[in-house]
Amino acid sequence: MMERLKKRLRQLKQYPSVIIGITLITILIVTAIIAVIVIPYEEAVMLWRGGAIWAESPRNARPTYVDWFTRDDLPRTDKIDARDYPEAKTIESMNGVKEFEFVLPYDYQYDGFPREFNLFFEAEYEETRPHVSVMIRTPDGREFKTDDFSIQRESIRRLGQLAELRRQADGMAPRIGIFRDPDYEENVPLKGEYEIIVSGFLFEEEADINVRAVSYGQVHGFGGTDHRRRDLGVALLWGTPVALMFGVLAAVGANISTFIISAVGVWYRGFVDAAIQRVAEVNMIIPNLPLLILVGMFYSRSLWVMLGVIIIKGVFSPAIKTYRAMFLQVRESPFIEAAESYGTSDKRIIFFYMLPKIIPTLIPQFVTVIPTYVFLEASLAVLGLGDPVLPTWGKLLNDALGEGALYMGHFYWVLQPAFLLILTGLGFAMTGFALDRVLNPRLRRQ
Amino acid sequence: MDQQFNVPDVESQETDVEREGDSGSNLKRIAKYFGFRLIALFITVVVAIYLLILIANMGGAVDNIRMGQIRENVGMQMMAMSSEMADWPSERRREYEEQLVEQERRRLGLDQPFILRSVYYLRDAITLDLGRAEQMTSDAGSRRVQLIILERLPPTLMLMMSYFLIMFFVALFGALFLSRRYGSKLDKLVVVLAPSSAAPGWFYGIFLILIFAAVLGWLPFGGMVKAPPPRETHLYALSVLRHLILPVAALIMGGFFLTIYNWRTFFLIYSSEDYVEMAKAKGLSNRAIERRYILRPTLPPIITSFALGMIVMWMGAIILEQVFNWPGLGRMLYEAIGLFDVPIIVGGQVIYAYLLAATVFVLDILYALLDPRVKMGAGAGGNKQ
Repeated sequence: MMERLKKRLRQLKQYPSVIIGITLITILIVTAIIAVIVIPYEEAVMLWRGGAIWAESPRNARPTYVDWFTRDDLPRTDKIDARDYPEAKTIESMNGVKEFEFVLPYDYQYDGFPREFNLFFEAEYEETRPHVSVMIRTPDGREFKTDDFSIQRESIRRLGQLAELRRQADGMAPRIGIFRDPDYEENVPLKGEYEIIVSGFLFEEEADINVRAVSYGQVHGFGGTDHRRRDLGVALLWGTPVALMFGVLAAVGANISTFIISAVGVWYRGFVDAAIQRVAEVNMIIPNLPLLILVGMFYSRSLWVMLGVIIIKGVFSPAIKTYRAMFLQVRESPFIEAAESYGTSDKRIIFFYMLPKIIPTLIPQFVTVIPTYVFLEASLAVLGLGDPVLPTWGKLLNDALGEGALYMGHFYWVLQPAFLLILTGLGFAMTGFALDRVLNPRLRRQ
Repeated sequence: MDQQFNVPDVESQETDVEREGDSGSNLKRIAKYFGFRLIALFITVVVAIYLLILIANMGGAVDNIRMGQIRENVGMQMMAMSSEMADWPSERRREYEEQLVEQERRRLGLDQPFILRSVYYLRDAITLDLGRAEQMTSDAGSRRVQLIILERLPPTLMLMMSYFLIMFFVALFGALFLSRRYGSKLDKLVVVLAPSSAAPGWFYGIFLILIFAAVLGWLPFGGMVKAPPPRETHLYALSVLRHLILPVAALIMGGFFLTIYNWRTFFLIYSSEDYVEMAKAKGLSNRAIERRYILRPTLPPIITSFALGMIVMWMGAIILEQVFNWPGLGRMLYEAIGLFDVPIIVGGQVIYAYLLAATVFVLDILYALLDPRVKMGAGAGGNKQ
């Protein structure tokens, strides 16, 4: 038996689809392991909750690799932190008031405009807020200057919201008005050395200030960002272990139990068999997805609860009928009769005589069914019943569809999780199909 | 070796075949058989729905939610009336509030014990008489769950029936075509593409929208008819047809290659039977062989696998409707999730349970028509104990 199985498995190598399938699965598993190591669970959950941690990444930016395929050099996110330029900071003290000035250089060489341009201030003071004004000097010497404003301990100034800059830029958005080349009719960015000059007054002896200018890119991270500035890479990466675990656990839980139960039913016949059949029939009438919706609504949307429901629902799945048909044949085989005649226990007959006979059918089915569950998780997420905290591929799709990503042209947002989903699906399906053809040759004659 | 295909009930039906002689007309026996199947299915549906009701109200979760809603509504009512009771003492106001809550509670029948309520609820659920939706209304403006569901049923049925019909015949003839060309390039292509069915229809729907709506702009993004709907009937039908293309195509893509691949394998297995060789030797035309000797014995297992696929498809369509903004039952469920509309959600469960049961029943009928072994005495068909 084992020998034959081994021979069959050796046969597998002849199928290119198995090689591709197993390679895909291996890549996914490695990715999953890397994801869990690089971003621990708590961190992934925290990152995905979003908020202030993502203040310095752009909104709806495309992934960085887009830049490799476009001729233009698309702007990335640049951070110019005053702490990196100690020589750029000058402070003069007079009568207890300190006048400060930062001159931050920014070498802009991209072929597009930044998505946003914001300044992050950090100030230390006791009572009186520092006063600040910002001036940006372009390579050709034009100057854009803001009014004075006072800042708190941590403040953000968004260039786009400063009316005086918009006025100086002839009504254009500052990020375009400042960075465009005035010699051209259309909007072309002017490349060269920009200077961001932040000056103002500190009114206390002990006060200090620091500034960070962030030019938001049109491409960001390896997965792009979403409408809440979150890096999609986090969800793409973390979606892998979630998807694999969900798929495999659901397949193991639902499939193997179904398998055993149908064997038990066939072996004991009579009441047990009839009861199992009736439960399976009732179970078949209970709609799967609406049941999950129900549970998601009234109890919990946690992935684990969903997994539990899927497994319980799967125990008496309609597949019982298919397995039963197979076991009925096995049960009539002479070797079962022989085992019975020398007094083998029921348990032994079921687990060591009946089940192994059908294993060649079970293995490919088991592998093929995994993607179904991976997609089920995505389905739930698309219905808005995704896990409340975990970043998953399905939740990315849900966000993307909910924000009209296809309509707005943010294709990367949909395509990346979809690509990973289909990769997972293909990996398992190809392996399963080839396994099926090798282990259960239906067409012996070629 | 071919026993691994889904052949539910055939073996039990075979064992149940009892020749009752020629007494009684065949028709009567068939009617009796269907009658018993129908009753068995109905009992199954009742049990399933009762289970769903129990699950829906396990631990009184629903009751608590509804009590909360009642209190909120009463509070709002009181706010609206605040000018009238400005000079009421707070004692009286609270008393009045409790009175309103109690009234509402009794109106909704929440004062009875759960077991009793669950039986009432079961009766209501089976007749789809689920009272009023909490938030949603039908397009005609009604709040009755029954009307809302009945209004959403036709779009779903239209979508699914179009899919089932197209899929069945395309896959059947495609599979026959391939089985004639076993080993050809086309055949190999289908074998290679079979794993594509790992992804469900709605998933392909996203791509179809991306290509045909977002990039090419040929077909609409979603919906069932363009807004505003055309007045002329034929234009209306045309618009619906245009909106139907993408969702149906998506559904078909979700299972197309796998189905064709499986069915073609069926045909190949059966075409290697001895009696087919015999027929060939007799010099029958290929068409006749296909119809009489291959199609006839393969149809029952094919229909079984198709029906099982249909059961999965009903579920898949829920999300497909959501992706395509199709105003059917799936979309209704989705909206009800957002609004936390309990009656609608329970109603959705019930209607889907009915749809599944109907699918099983249609399968039974087809089986009896196609498989002569099933035509037998009443009480058979896998439900005899």
